[in-house]
Amino acid sequence: MRVDGLALAYGKRTIQRDVSFAVRRGSVFAIMGGSGCGKSTVLKSLVGLLRPTAGSVVIEGQDYWGLAEDRRAELSRRFGVVFQSSALWSSMTVADNVALPLQMFTGLADAAIAALVRLKLSLVGLRAAAARMPADLSGGMRKRAGIARALALDPDILFLDEPSAGLDPITSKRLDDLILELRDGLGVTIVLVSHELPSLFATCDDGIFLDAETGTAIAHGSPRALRDGCDHPTVRAFMARAEG
Amino acid sequence: MERRGSDAVLHLAGDWIARDTGVRDARTAKQLVVDANGAARLRIDTGKLGRWDSALVVFLQDIREAATGGGAGRAIAIDEQTIPQAARRLLMLAALSDGAAATKAERIPSVPLLARIGRPAISAWGGATAACALVGDVALRTGAALTGRLRSRAGDILSLMRDAGAGALGIVTITNALVGGILAFVGGVQLRRFGTQIYVADLVGIATAREMAAVVTAVVMAGRTGGAYAAQIATMEGNEEIDALRALGIPIRDYLIMPRVVALVTMMPLLYVYACAVGLLGGMIVTVTTVDVSAPAYIQETQRAITFTHMSLGVAKSVVFGAIVALASCYIGLRAGRSSAAVGQAATSAVVAGIIAVIALDWLFAMCANALGI
Repeated sequence: MRVDGLALAYGKRTIQRDVSFAVRRGSVFAIMGGSGCGKSTVLKSLVGLLRPTAGSVVIEGQDYWGLAEDRRAELSRRFGVVFQSSALWSSMTVADNVALPLQMFTGLADAAIAALVRLKLSLVGLRAAAARMPADLSGGMRKRAGIARALALDPDILFLDEPSAGLDPITSKRLDDLILELRDGLGVTIVLVSHELPSLFATCDDGIFLDAETGTAIAHGSPRALRDGCDHPTVRAFMARAEG
Repeated sequence: MERRGSDAVLHLAGDWIARDTGVRDARTAKQLVVDANGAARLRIDTGKLGRWDSALVVFLQDIREAATGGGAGRAIAIDEQTIPQAARRLLMLAALSDGAAATKAERIPSVPLLARIGRPAISAWGGATAACALVGDVALRTGAALTGRLRSRAGDILSLMRDAGAGALGIVTITNALVGGILAFVGGVQLRRFGTQIYVADLVGIATAREMAAVVTAVVMAGRTGGAYAAQIATMEGNEEIDALRALGIPIRDYLIMPRVVALVTMMPLLYVYACAVGLLGGMIVTVTTVDVSAPAYIQETQRAITFTHMSLGVAKSVVFGAIVALASCYIGLRAGRSSAAVGQAATSAVVAGIIAVIALDWLFAMCANALGI
């Protein structure tokens, strides 16, 4: 995936002016930055929820936003997206949440879908909670259920928006381990938005640091590399929290 | 599958992509393990394996389960050396989670018949007592509402009154004008046969003032405003906004329920009077245009037919209907679940409960009015 000169705005309010980066296949890529710098906004444009005002998102050689709507929707089915709030469909059980994409986009028989749902829930450790409703799950379980749903169609790229937000350190660590297992096991490319430094250090191979003032990416590199070698004052101040 | 010495070798070849090639049935895996019976171990050969995804992992999981004695055959060792490392990691991850899940698997206990009858009955009893408590609570706070001592914001109450009053004028106008017109048309056609069509004014006037204006307006308000109140409160429940109010010590009754009750109780009589005027007008237009009665004669007959008692009864009904619609919708909203589906259910239930309550109370009013000779 390659992003070139991406500019994003909500109406007349510009969020990002010029963001460029490339994501290696099979890596975990972080979009970092302070609150309100536009991390989630960039993620929205990568998953087809916000059209950029300029620039391009190239995925496997195809200009994502240049594609016709139906072709873009087809390409989007190769993404898995985990939203910050998990965004589980509250009127369905956990198993039904995972099954819905399979029912909508594959012609698989019910038994095959059930087997795939069991596998996805097993991968995130929620097989026992298959029949529960989202409202009955804890925050960490909801995140994992969101990941299981995002994995339903065996995506090539998994996008995670603030996966560790609001979780305790132990649950957050489990989620980090799961992200690494998914990268290694499924070979899936993971793009995550976060400002949780321990999770970023534990999981990410590469990343960018967005700046709200300039509306650009002010640093490129893995979170550890930025912590150890970046001189930009905003990045240093951000990373200093990890040492403090 | 082939035998090589003491081993059974299972060759996996080609693509294993769920969307393209489907997912192998668990029975296939069990049968393969049964076929390997007698072998020292089952070796899985993936030398000719093509592209793969979850379809392969599901199949390997089924093979594992069958080989450990979970299937029909006896347990058999599996050599997974040639399985892609990524697939092995996934199998391990799934097995770890399944192991943890098995220790705390959630079983749904079977419920005895008595419990199946008793629980809904207890729940219904709880609901009824909660409803009574709510009505009592609101009655106790009526004094505070009348003297302006409610712990709610005047701006909120005014906004609710505007929405329940001026905001509903359009739909109240249309429904009541049409009902007045229908009464006039049906009555006019029948009375004309006897040459007594002038009494259409009596029919429309008394029916509108005593019954139709109050009932039709209340039904409209149950659908429009009652449903909205229930959905609003249920959404607040789902977003933990009501928990936040409780945590801050803000009384739900004063902040959420009383303003809505006050808004509907004060607006409903005004809407009733307006509905009467519109209903009578609709009746007059239809009568004048379809039956041989002039407008002045119709107005004069209407003035003669409608009494202060009729209007008082209508006003009393509209106050009670307003209170019951507001109470039912708030009560249902507060008892809603925390899902988006619960919001829809609450809105639907509030509308249904409101309409049933209005009709039931109207029947009660009719019985009482008859007993009192009104």
